Parts: sequence; C-alpha cells; structure tokens
Amino acid sequence: MKLRDLTELAARNLREAVLRNSLTTLGIAVGVASLVAMLSLGVGLQELASTRLSRSGLFDAVFVTTQANMRAFGGPPRPLAERSSTQPARKLDEEARKQLAEVKNVVEVYPEVRFPTEVQFEDKPYMTTVAGIPASARRDGAFDEMKGSFFSGPEAKEAILQIEFARDLSKQTDSLIGKDLVLRYAEKQALPAEDAPFERAVAKPYANHSDADDAPASGGFSLVPRELRLRIIGVVETEPATGFGGFGRGRLLIPLQIAQNLRIAQPTDMREMLRGNSGKPTYETLTVRVNSPKAVQGVEDTIKGMGFGTFSILDATKNMMLFFTVFDSLLLIFGSLALTVASLGIVNTLVMAILERRREIGVLKALGAADRDVRRLFFVEAGAMGLLGGVLGVAMGWLIGRALTIGTNAYLKRQELPAIDISSIHWWMVALAIGVSFFVSLAAGMYPASRAARLNPVEALRYE
Amino acid sequence: MAASVRNNSVGEMTGTSNGFAVRTERVSRQYAMGEALVHAVDDVSIAVRTGEFVALLGSSGSGKSTLLNLLAGLDRPTSGAIYAHEQNLADMSSQQLAHHRSHTVGMVFQAFNLLPRMTLEENVELPLRLAEVERAERPARVREAVERVSLAARLSHRPSELSGGEQQRAALARALVNRPTILLADEPTGNLDSVTGDAIMRLLQEINRNLQMTIVMVTHDKVRAARYAHRIITMRDGKLVTEGASDEIA
Repeated sequence: MKLRDLTELAARNLREAVLRNSLTTLGIAVGVASLVAMLSLGVGLQELASTRLSRSGLFDAVFVTTQANMRAFGGPPRPLAERSSTQPARKLDEEARKQLAEVKNVVEVYPEVRFPTEVQFEDKPYMTTVAGIPASARRDGAFDEMKGSFFSGPEAKEAILQIEFARDLSKQTDSLIGKDLVLRYAEKQALPAEDAPFERAVAKPYANHSDADDAPASGGFSLVPRELRLRIIGVVETEPATGFGGFGRGRLLIPLQIAQNLRIAQPTDMREMLRGNSGKPTYETLTVRVNSPKAVQGVEDTIKGMGFGTFSILDATKNMMLFFTVFDSLLLIFGSLALTVASLGIVNTLVMAILERRREIGVLKALGAADRDVRRLFFVEAGAMGLLGGVLGVAMGWLIGRALTIGTNAYLKRQELPAIDISSIHWWMVALAIGVSFFVSLAAGMYPASRAARLNPVEALRYE
Repeated sequence: MAASVRNNSVGEMTGTSNGFAVRTERVSRQYAMGEALVHAVDDVSIAVRTGEFVALLGSSGSGKSTLLNLLAGLDRPTSGAIYAHEQNLADMSSQQLAHHRSHTVGMVFQAFNLLPRMTLEENVELPLRLAEVERAERPARVREAVERVSLAARLSHRPSELSGGEQQRAALARALVNRPTILLADEPTGNLDSVTGDAIMRLLQEINRNLQMTIVMVTHDKVRAARYAHRIITMRDGKLVTEGASDEIA
C-alpha cells in the first residue's frame, strides 16, 4: 500500500477513537514537554553562566606577567638560583608589548591600570578603586545593559560607575549620570639623577644584576597630589575584567588612555627603582585579547615560549563545561523517564486498537493486505501520535520554560536583582524533541504492529 | 502470475490455458484443538474450470469454509497442493499470497464484512488502495463495480444505512473492483431473507455468465445450489462425498 493511502487510513483510524488517541497523544506531549523543559533549563543555565563569564572578558584573554612575578598566581616562589643570568626573566616593557601584539590571533594588548584612590563627590570623600578600561571592552557585551553610555573617546574625561559604588554615592543611581566627580590621586614625577644620591649607594651591591650592568642610573621619583574632574556618563551592573588580579574590584571605570596618562604611582614602581631599572616604564601585567576563545591555548603556549608567565581561565572553563555536561545529562534522564512512561501509553492504545479492530484486520487481509501493510498501518498511527505529541510537547515545554523564567524573575525582582533568562529553546532542541518523540513512538508501536501483522486472517474474520 | 493473463475489463475476464481456474491435489488441513487433532479438510482433490459456477455443499463443520479459505490463500494446507492458474499456493510466501488475494480472487462473506465507518464508495475503493491502483483510475473502477450491482446511487451511504441485500451487493462490488478471475463466496445468502437471497444468487449467476468469472460458493442451501450452480461438490467431515452436475445431484 502506498504511503498516502496508509496515511489516510491511519488518520481515519485515529479519528475513530478520538478520545483515547488524544489522551495518548497528550501523554506523549507531557513526556516531551518535561524533556524540553529540562533540556531548555540546562542549556539556559549554561548559557547564562557562559554569557556572564564572557562578559567578564576572561574567556578570550590571556594575562601575561614576567616569570619573576609568577608567585603572584599562587605558585611557589621560584628560587633565585633558577633565575640565572643565562635565562633572565623578561621584562614586560613597551617592546614586549609590541612583540605580544604581533602574536598570531592576538587582537589587542593592554596593561592593567588599577589603583585605589579617593573620590570627591558633592563635597564628600569616598574611597574606591579606579580601573582603566580599553575601548575594545565596549564590544564584549559587559556594557550592553548599562545605563547611560560608553566613553565618547579614548581620552574623554568621563567615568562609568559600577552599580555598587553608584549606590554608595546616591540611592537614585540614574540621577548620577551627567554629574561630575573629582578624582584625587598621587602622580609619579621622576627626579633628576643628582637629586638621588641614594641610587649610587644602592647600585653597588647590585652590580651583578644583569639589568644594572649597562643601564643608565635610575632616578628616584616623588609623588605629587593631583585632581581630575570627571563627568559620570553611565552606570554598569558588572565590571569587565581588566586583569586576573582585579576581577570584580574596579568600581570606578575610566578610559585606559586617561588612566595611563595619570602616571599613577604603582606598587611595582618602588621595586623597579630598587632594582635600578632605567626610567623605561614596565608593566606588572599585560592583558592579551585573543580573537576567539578557541585560540587562547595556542596564544598562551606561544607567549610562554617567549619567556613570560601566563594565566587564562581556560581550565576553569573546561571544568564548568564538564559540570554542565553532567548536569544536562541528569536533566535529560529525568525528562526521558516521562517520555518512556508515555511510550507505554502508545503500546497500550495500539494493543487495545488491535483487539477492537481484529475483524477489520482480517477483512483487510482478505482483500489483499500483506502483513507488511498491516504493520505499516499501525506504525503510521504510532508515528502520527508521536509526531503530534512531539509538536504539542515542544509548545508545552516552551511554556513551562517561560513560566519558570517569569517565576524566577519575579523572585529576583523582589530581591532587587536583575532579570535573567533561565531557559533557552533552540531549533536543534525542537528538532531533537520531535525526532525523539517520533522514533520513541515508532519503537513503542513495534510490538503492537508486529502483533497485528501476525494475526491469522481466518481467526480474525471469525472474531465477533 | 494470474494478473498477467487478465484483461483490463471486468467483462473480459478469462481463465488460464489448461482450462482450470483452481484445483486441489489431495489437500488436507488439520487443526490441533487441545490434545485432539481435527481434520477440517481431509485429502480433498477438486478441479474447477474457468468460468464454472461450483457450489460447495455441506452441513456445518463439514470443512467447506476451510476449503474455501485455502482456495483464497487465507489459510495454508497441512499437506497437498492448491493451484490457482497453475500457481501452487502452498509454495507461496505470505507476500505472494497477499498478491493472490488482491489480484486473483475476490471474496464475499455471509456477514458482508463491510467496514462500518467507511461509506460504500470507500469500502469499494479499499481493495484498489491495497493493490496500489493509480488514484486517477480509481473513481472509474469504483463506479463500474457499483453499477454492476446497481448501487451507484448509494455511494455516500455507510453500511448501517443499507439493507442486508444492499450490503451484500456492496460486498460483491468490493470483490469485483480489482477484476479478479475467481470469485469465492462464503454463504452469501446466509444472512438474507429468501427473496433477497434469490436476488443475490441471480446477481452471482449474471456475473458468472457475463464476465465468464469462475465462482466457488459455499452454501448449505441445496435448492439454491442446484438452481444456480453448474456443479455441486458435497463435503462431510472434511471429505469429498459427491461431485456432479447440479441437476444430477438435485
């Protein structure tokens, strides 16, 4: 029998026992809905975590430091003997920055400029941490949902406040936009060499230091108090990471170029002066932005090969993905249980149909239906219920996901937290759910279909 | 196959080269009923010529319906051979038997066996669906079959809206629609009053004469068998008892 005829006969049969078949289809729909809801919840939470972490700017970044500073990452301090003159620790200076910028897949290299200071706002002092933000940060999504606007230019005297700090300044955070604040900071000013007799005295014991051999004598520096008036142009919920050490700590964000121009005294300045380094600026760390998270590992290996220390969030990401894989699998198993129960409903419905249509099957066989035709007829009926149940289930699953999101957001709103989307349905999920529903239904229809096909036509025709 | 020797018109249906539409050779069919073995058909050999109208006569349990089911390919013999147009049904696969039921034989039953939820038109079209006849060809074939049994005006009616005689005529139309060469009728008048029964018998006789269609009819009505059939085969306890022209046996 041709597929079109089979489909027409199957549709007619399904219409005949409309209540029973509808209930069976609804059972499948509930099973698929639970599967879709669980899956969308797992994927939604995974996406939420990924998005939040991506917005932190950590996934496409490699943080570079000198080998000498690696103890800062929690590893044991390297013995001095290891840092021999044969393999000197490379300095993170402007030259190194240029070299890093030329590494394949690197799109940007910038230093971390972050310092604690005092801010004067409406005649009141506030202590906070200032962070320099590169212009590229605008693209990585962290500022997508900010109030106000991003910096108008790389040297604009503008500030974006992190929401917690904004709340310290005013309960009405929106009202801060457009107002001015004054940044008070200590500017580093180099002293002429003759003003630093201490330098010659300390240079002697360091005579063997490789950097001190041929470098001109370093000058000291003095600190001069300065003020800078900044216009508040925005308030942001999350801060993009500008370095591994300061993630989440920058509360007042200013353009990176402005932050660099301030010549703020950094903790490393004292060390560099004692080491007798020249007046060339060096960096504590550099952030290397990579064009894709997939390229992070390769870039990290290259930079290590150049003699620098590196750190990326790659390992943490792998662990997170492993967690979500296990989490999704568990949700999938629970969702599948409901579908399994629903598939038993199909078996029950079709076995009942065989009993009711026994004589009809006999007539069909007497008129020329082959066993294969009868089997396919029941398969089409099972498949139709599965397909319809799948489509209905996806719609129900989507509604459940929406309801969960609405419920969660209502709770978050009461807690004064931003809204989130905890469920996410993709096209592949829709196709998967309908496909699984269809094939599970076919599998469930296998036994009844085979039983119907094996019916003895003579006995079936005698059946009353 | 039989289909290859059939013409495309119901009116021109013919038999095969050796003159026999269907024949059996020492065919037996046994059933296990509990521990007992029932010999429903026991060593029966018959031959039905093309265009012949044969009545299988016998009381209940004589094995005539079992023999008819064997001829239809609905059942398989325990031993012996059944030839339909010289093709042995005993050697056929279940798929080939389905093809035989679809293309070579048409069946009518005592209980009509129309599908109650289908209209007359859909019931008659059903064998065409099973035989994978082209959709475009079906309406004409259905109309031809229902006109032959004078039911063209009742196409949209369901079986429950038809009288017993009309239902049996509808079943006849359904049996004829695939243009078989052999019509097998299992007590076609068993559920009808005598007047309606006679009308059905006249219709069968007309089909036999006009279409040269071979008919094997199971009945326990000796009078009707003698009146309408060319030959009567009598069975008792699964065995062939008598065989001869209807006027001789009557």
